[in-house]
Amino acid sequence: MPVALETQGLVKHFGGIAAVNNVSLRIEKGARHALIGPNGAGKTTVINLLTGVLRPSSGRILLDGADVTALEAYKRVRRGLARTFQINQLFLDLTPLETVGLAISERMGAGNNWWRLVGTNPAVTAEIVEILGRFNLTDVMYERTGHLPYGKQRLLEIALAIACRPNVLLLDEPAAGVPEDERHEILATVAALPKDVTVLLIEHDMDLVFAFADRISVLVNGTLFVDGAPDEVARDPRVKAVYLGESLDA
Amino acid sequence: MARSLLEEAAHRLATRARWRPLEYVFWLAALASVWHGALHLPERYLILTEVAWLALFALSLDLILGYAGIISLGHAAFFGLGAYAAALLAKYGIVTEPVLALVVSGLIASVLGFATSFLVLRGSDLTRLMVTLGVALIMREIANQIPELTGGADGLQGVVIAPILGLFEFDIFGHVSYVYCLIVLFVLFLLARRIVYSPFGLSLRAVKGNPLRAASIGISVNARLVAIYTLSAFYAGVAGALLAQTQAFASLEVFSLERSADLLLVLIIGGTGYLYGGLIGALIFKLMQDWIANLTPQYWQFWIGLVLVLIVLVGRERIGQWTGGLWLLAERAFRRAAPGTASLAAPPGKGH
Repeated sequence: MPVALETQGLVKHFGGIAAVNNVSLRIEKGARHALIGPNGAGKTTVINLLTGVLRPSSGRILLDGADVTALEAYKRVRRGLARTFQINQLFLDLTPLETVGLAISERMGAGNNWWRLVGTNPAVTAEIVEILGRFNLTDVMYERTGHLPYGKQRLLEIALAIACRPNVLLLDEPAAGVPEDERHEILATVAALPKDVTVLLIEHDMDLVFAFADRISVLVNGTLFVDGAPDEVARDPRVKAVYLGESLDA
Repeated sequence: MARSLLEEAAHRLATRARWRPLEYVFWLAALASVWHGALHLPERYLILTEVAWLALFALSLDLILGYAGIISLGHAAFFGLGAYAAALLAKYGIVTEPVLALVVSGLIASVLGFATSFLVLRGSDLTRLMVTLGVALIMREIANQIPELTGGADGLQGVVIAPILGLFEFDIFGHVSYVYCLIVLFVLFLLARRIVYSPFGLSLRAVKGNPLRAASIGISVNARLVAIYTLSAFYAGVAGALLAQTQAFASLEVFSLERSADLLLVLIIGGTGYLYGGLIGALIFKLMQDWIANLTPQYWQFWIGLVLVLIVLVGRERIGQWTGGLWLLAERAFRRAAPGTASLAAPPGKGH
């Protein structure tokens, strides 16, 4: 299988602590890959390294075979790498309509236009409406994002990443904090993501992970611990030990 | 008749950019002030001219503060450079036609804006306040150290401004000055209005709202900030050039900290992020200054200070909320008087 996203010996130090230590991940094209691990294992740090929010202390990141280790975050997006955030990072003063429009304009290369007025590009408008419809956000698309219910904001998080039309999508705990009765909507959305998009999912909810993933990597204390198919990982006694909170040395 | 979803979405996207009734009222009032002054208060032209260039100066700060979230305590650096550029261009006959000289002065200021924009990319608001303040201080000292060119502490004397477009001579009553400043303000306002409602302008709002997310949907945050900072410097330079041309004089005072601080005060009075804040703020600030100075010539700064403290204490969560409220109230009143007009877009601080 061709590899969509790969890391080679990725290391990130914060002060003297190695938050991510020698992580080599291979995510195949079209995969549904999950990255799991206890709190503080360094999962979000890995995402931040992959997307360019943080620079690695050492190691390399390859996107579609090309070295993007030194590439700025926004340029990686243009190369087809999009993400969502564990804690909503939205434009609270804008509407979902404008928010998704920003991502689409940017992708079409129209985002730096100084003269054309917003709303006068039918191609952008049509795609906004299509995406918001797909994410059940049509009825709230004219409201201020800051006023939306939390579940809708979570959906907008994903819609915004999809609007970048990524080849590789990084989902950082998409269902985090969503009330039980709104959860199914997020899960259904994640399950319905286009098949040609490679997905790396970070998640605590094991039901979701095992329902979704065809491959699972386990990160513990910044180190890649187990990497394999879901049933292998589920059977692995060391993973059980970690998730039951037992010491590995015992 | 029901609109299709697409039409409705396009209409809503364009909402912010739509001209609102109160905007027409505002500019008609500005136009009326030209005749009103001519008939009743010719001596008011001086202060009206000051209002016009101060409004343009405040508009330039609003572009970076209200739309990109960059605060500055040194915007006088660009204003002052524009002023000296215009005065020197006229004095040495390099560019004599005032409108062309205005553009050249603005461009010179924008070069400084571009060069110093990289200093404000990173850092907190406090860092930006100090860096911008420092740039203005440096500019002032440079002007002070080359008296053979700038006239040093005495100011640049002997500036003669040619007729505008070769047709309109500056008169001693300041009628031409005021009309000139007002037209420049209006044209540059229209340009700014177009830009802030473009995709570029919307992306600035995104950068201001959440730079982390803006970058992660592919927006080149730094390039956008550099662009708007440079444009803002152009506007400030033109405002300074207007001052120099209408007064046929430039002095070190154009770079003063007080000028930059007054400018922030203007935006605090008027509000940010809806373009009219600087205009309304400049009008209120100048009229208040004039009125108080007439009442108590020695203590006018005391009263300005008191007003500032009161405005901030009235419980505004952030700059812009207060006058946003005023603007909103006025707009509601207007809509009640003339029902059926276009729906209002976002007032500052109230979001959508």
